[in-house]
Amino acid sequence: MSPTRSPMAPPRSFLWTRRIFLTLLTGFVLLPVYVMVSSSLKPLADVTGAFRWLPTELTIDPYIDIWSTVPLGRYFVNSLVVAGAATVCSVVIAVFSAYAVSRYSFRGKRVFTVTVLSTQMFPGILFLLPLFLIYVNIGNATGIALFGSRGGLILTYLTFSLPFSIWMLIGYFDSVPRDLDEAATVDGCGPLGALFRVVVPAAVPGIVAVAVYAFMTAWGEVLFASVMTNDTTRTLAVGLQGYSTLNDVYWNQIMAASLVVSVPVVAGFLLLQRYLVAGLTAGAVK
Amino acid sequence: MRSIRAAATGAVMLSLALAASACGGGSSTGGGSDDSPKELTYWASNQGAGIEIDKKVLQPELDKFEKQTGIKVKLEVVPWSDLLNRILTATTSGQGPDVLNIGNTWSASLQATGALLPWDAKNFDRIGGRDRFVDSALGSTGADGQDPAAVPLYSMAYALYYNKQMFADAGIDGPPATWDELVAAGKKLSKDAKWGLGAEGSNPAENVHHAFVFAEQHGADFFTADGRADFTGDATVAAVKQYVDLMAKDEIIAPGNAEYAQNQSVSDFAKGRTGMLLWQSASANLKSQGMSEDAYGIAPVPVQSGTPGAGKQVNSMVAGINLAVFKNSDNLDGATEFVKFMTSDAEQRILNTAYSSIPPVEAAQEDPAFASPANAVLRDTLAKSAVALPQVPDESQFETAVGTAIKELFADAAAGRAVTTDSVKAALTKAQQQMPKK
Amino acid sequence: MSPDTAMTATAPAAEAAVRKGPPGAARGRRPGRIRRIGLPYLLLLPALLLELLVHLVPMVIGIVMSFKELTQFHIRDWGSAPWAGLDNYTVSVDFDAPVGKALLHSFLVTIAFTLLSVGLCWLIGTAAAICMQDGFRGRGLLRALFLVPYALPVYAAVITWVFMFQHDNGLVNHVLHDQLGITGKPSFWLIGDNSFAALLTVSVWKGWPFAFLIVMAGLQNIPRELYEAAALDGAGMIQQVRRITLPSLRPVNQVLVLVLFLWTFNDFNTPYVMFGKTAPEAADLVSVHIYQASFVTWNFGTGSAMSVLLLLFLLVVTGVYLALTSRGRRTAP
Repeated sequence: MSPTRSPMAPPRSFLWTRRIFLTLLTGFVLLPVYVMVSSSLKPLADVTGAFRWLPTELTIDPYIDIWSTVPLGRYFVNSLVVAGAATVCSVVIAVFSAYAVSRYSFRGKRVFTVTVLSTQMFPGILFLLPLFLIYVNIGNATGIALFGSRGGLILTYLTFSLPFSIWMLIGYFDSVPRDLDEAATVDGCGPLGALFRVVVPAAVPGIVAVAVYAFMTAWGEVLFASVMTNDTTRTLAVGLQGYSTLNDVYWNQIMAASLVVSVPVVAGFLLLQRYLVAGLTAGAVK
Repeated sequence: MRSIRAAATGAVMLSLALAASACGGGSSTGGGSDDSPKELTYWASNQGAGIEIDKKVLQPELDKFEKQTGIKVKLEVVPWSDLLNRILTATTSGQGPDVLNIGNTWSASLQATGALLPWDAKNFDRIGGRDRFVDSALGSTGADGQDPAAVPLYSMAYALYYNKQMFADAGIDGPPATWDELVAAGKKLSKDAKWGLGAEGSNPAENVHHAFVFAEQHGADFFTADGRADFTGDATVAAVKQYVDLMAKDEIIAPGNAEYAQNQSVSDFAKGRTGMLLWQSASANLKSQGMSEDAYGIAPVPVQSGTPGAGKQVNSMVAGINLAVFKNSDNLDGATEFVKFMTSDAEQRILNTAYSSIPPVEAAQEDPAFASPANAVLRDTLAKSAVALPQVPDESQFETAVGTAIKELFADAAAGRAVTTDSVKAALTKAQQQMPKK
Repeated sequence: MSPDTAMTATAPAAEAAVRKGPPGAARGRRPGRIRRIGLPYLLLLPALLLELLVHLVPMVIGIVMSFKELTQFHIRDWGSAPWAGLDNYTVSVDFDAPVGKALLHSFLVTIAFTLLSVGLCWLIGTAAAICMQDGFRGRGLLRALFLVPYALPVYAAVITWVFMFQHDNGLVNHVLHDQLGITGKPSFWLIGDNSFAALLTVSVWKGWPFAFLIVMAGLQNIPRELYEAAALDGAGMIQQVRRITLPSLRPVNQVLVLVLFLWTFNDFNTPYVMFGKTAPEAADLVSVHIYQASFVTWNFGTGSAMSVLLLLFLLVVTGVYLALTSRGRRTAP
C-alpha cells in the first residue's frame, strides 16, 4: 500500500512549511522529555540547583532508589490492570452501542446519544462523593467490594471513556458503507456476524484510536484514584505523588519513575500505530 | 414517544431508589462495637522519607503489638496529598480505618464531624491518663471545653536553622534572638546572589503557621473568644505585614521564594544559598540534601524582644501528628489498646527517634536521645513557648483563606508591587469574607 | 453488575434473537419484528446501565446535596443534614459578595482558558495530522513521539513543567532570560498573571496529541479518489485541505471539539498538580475552585451547587453547539 495521497508531488513550499512546523513541534514535545531524562540522571542536590542543559554529574541512583521509596512495581501493575481492563470493556461496550445507533433506527436513539454525551459535562467533583457512597452501599448490601478495589476503579474509568468512544465509533461506523454489511447479511451472517466480520475490521483505526484514548483516560486519572484506592490498589497516577513527601521532594526520582513507567506505554503506541493508519483506505473499501 | 417517557420514568425511579439507599447508608455510621476483636486497620501518615520507609519503621512495632495482644494491625501509609480527602470520604461513608493519624491542626475540624472517638477521662485512663502528655501537645487535640478528639503522637516545633559558615563569613556572632537582629543578620547575608532567609511563599499552611506566630507576638488573635473570624484588627494586619515585609521591605528573602511550595527553601538552605531557615525538624531533610550536621546550628525562632516564653513571647505553633479512633470502629477495645501501645513510653522513644520528632509523652522526652542540642531547642520550645493554632471547627477554612491571602501578598512583593498596611488589610478583609457566616 | 457478565449475557442472547432470520426477511412477521426491535436496546443496555450507575445516579445525589447544608457538622450523616433550600445557590450567584464574585471570576478565567486551549489543541493537532498524511522517512517514529505527552502520567508531565517554570532554577527563565536575554529580569510563571500562560502551555502540550490522534484516524476515512480528482482539477494543497479534508472531517471535528471543550473546562488534574489547592487568581480554574469550596473548606453543599450551575451552563453550551453544528452539517454538501 502506497501512502501517497496525490498523484502529483506536493509543492516545495508545502514541504518546507511542513519541515519547519514538524521540527518546532518536535522541539515543543520533547523539551520536557529532555528535562525529565537529564534530571533523572542527576543527584538530588543538582536537580534542585540552577538549570543546566548538560548534567555535570551523572548517576543512575534515582533509577535504583525509585523502587524502594514507593512500591512502584505494584502501582505499575495496578495501573496496567485497571487501565487495560477498563479499555477492553469500554471498547467492547462502545462497539455494541455504536453499532446499534449506526445501523438501526429505534425509538429513544437521540435521547440515548445525547444523554450519554451529557455525562461528559459532569464535573468530577460533583459526583465523586456520591459515587463513593454508592460503592460503599453496594458493598454493604451485596458484599461486592467496589470501593478500594480495582473492580470499582475499572467500572468508573470505563464509563469515563465510554461516551466519547461511542460517539467516535458511531462516526466511524457510519462511514463504513452499508452495502458491505448488507452483503454480509445476504451471505448468511447475522447482524452481529456482520458487525464483527465487516464493520469492525473496516473501522480498525477508529477502534484503536478509541482504545488508546480509553487507556490513557484510565492511566492518568488522579482525583477518583486518590480517594478510591488504598495501599494495595493504588495506581501510578496517584502513587507517583509518593515521591513528594512531607519534608522532601525527590525530583530526580519522580522523573526517573515517570520515564520507567512510560516506556512500556510508548512502546505499546509504537506497536499500535500501524493499525491507526491501516483500514478503510487501505483495504476494506476497495 | 411513549417508550421514551416510560424509559425516563424508569431511570428516574431507579435513580431515586439508589439515591435513597445511599442516604440510608449514612445512618449505618452510628456507634462502634467490638465485633471483630482480632483485627484493626490503621492509616498512618507519611512521616519518613517515603512510604516504603514508613512501613519499615512501623511494621516491626505492629508485629510487636500483635505478639502482645494477638490483634493484627493492617497498616496503610497514606500520602499527605490524599490523607484529608480519604478521611473526609471515610467520614461521609462510614467506611474507614479503626485508627488513624491526623495532622494536629485538623483536630477541631474533624472533631466537629462527630466521627472520632472523644477522649474523655475514662478513655484516657485506659491509655494511662491524660497527665502523661505534655500540655502544649494536648492543646492541639480539639476545641476548648470539649473532650479531645485525638491523642498526641508526634510533636514538632519551629526552630531557626542557620548556616554556621555563612554566619562566620559575614561576621555575625551568633543566631539572632529578635526579629530586628534577624533582619540585621539577613541584610549582612543578602549579597552575591545569596540571601538571608528562606520562605515557602506559595504554601498556604506554612504562611499561616508563621503569620500565627507573628500575630501572637503582636498580641492579636485570628478568632474572637466565641470562635468568629477576626482577621482585620490593626495588630493582626501589623503582624502579617511584618512577615511579608521580610521580603517586601527588608529584602532578606529572595523574591523567587514567593513561588516556593515544594520545600525548595530547604534545598536552598542546604546548598548555602540562604543563610537562615525557619522550619520544623529539618535535620533529616537537610541530610538527604547533602548538608552535614555540623554545618548548621539550631536556635529558637526569634521574638520581638526578650526571650521566648508565653503570651507575646510565643515563637512557634505546636506542630505534630495526633492519633485518632473512628467512633464506628468494630474493634473499639482493640483500637484503644493500640493507642495505648503507640503512646507507651517505649514506643514513643522508638517512633519519635525514627521520625526525628519530639515525644508528646513526658516520660519519653526524658530519654537522652532527645537531649541533643537540636532536640533540646525543639523540646524547650514545645514546653515553654509554643501555642496551638486556633482550635475552631473553621480552622481548615482559616488556613486556606489567610494562607492564600499571604501567598498573594508575597506575589505582590516579588513582582515589586508595594505591600502597604492598606493592601495587607484589603487582602485579609477578602480572606475574612470567605469564612463561613456565623 | 460487572461489565463482563453484562457483555456475555447480552451478546449470545442478542445473536440468538436475530440469527433465525435476516433483517430483510423478518420485516412484517411479528415475532421477528419484536426481536429486531429488541436488538438495538440489548446492544445499548450495558452502556446504559453503567452510565446510570456511575454518572447519572451520582449526579442526582449530587443535585440533592446541593440543596443541603453539608458542612463538616453534617457530613457524617448527610441524609439527615438540614435542607438549605436555595441558600447554596444564592451564595454562589451573588456576584456582589466575595464568594459569588470569586466564582464569577474563576468562571470567566476558565472560559478564556478553555477557548484558547481547545483552539490551539485542535489547530496544532489538525495541522500535524495533515502534515503527516503523506509518507516520509521517520513518519512512524514521529507519530509515536507526538503521542508521548499523552502517554506520560499527568502528574509526571505537569510536575516536570512546574520544574521548568520555576523562577530561579527553571529552564524557561534560563532560556528566556539568561541565554536569549528577552526579558529584563526573570519572570514569575507560577504566581501572578503569567500563571495563565503557563497553565495554557501545559494544557496545550498535554492536549494536542489527542486531537492529532483523532484527526489522524479520521483522515484515514477520506477516499483517496477525492484528492486525486481535486488534483486533476488543479486544486493546490491549501484548496484540497479546505475543499476536501476539512469538510470530510466535519463529523469527527464536531465531536472532537465538543469533548475537548468539555474536558478542558472540567479538567482538574492539570491545575491541581500545577498549583495545588489554591491557584493564583489569574489561573483559578473553576474545577479547582469548586474543589477548594468542597474539600478544602468542607462545604460540600455549596460545592455541589456550584457544580450544578456549571453543569447547567455546559448543557446550554452543548445544546446550542449541537444545534448549530448539526444544522450546518445537514446543509453542507
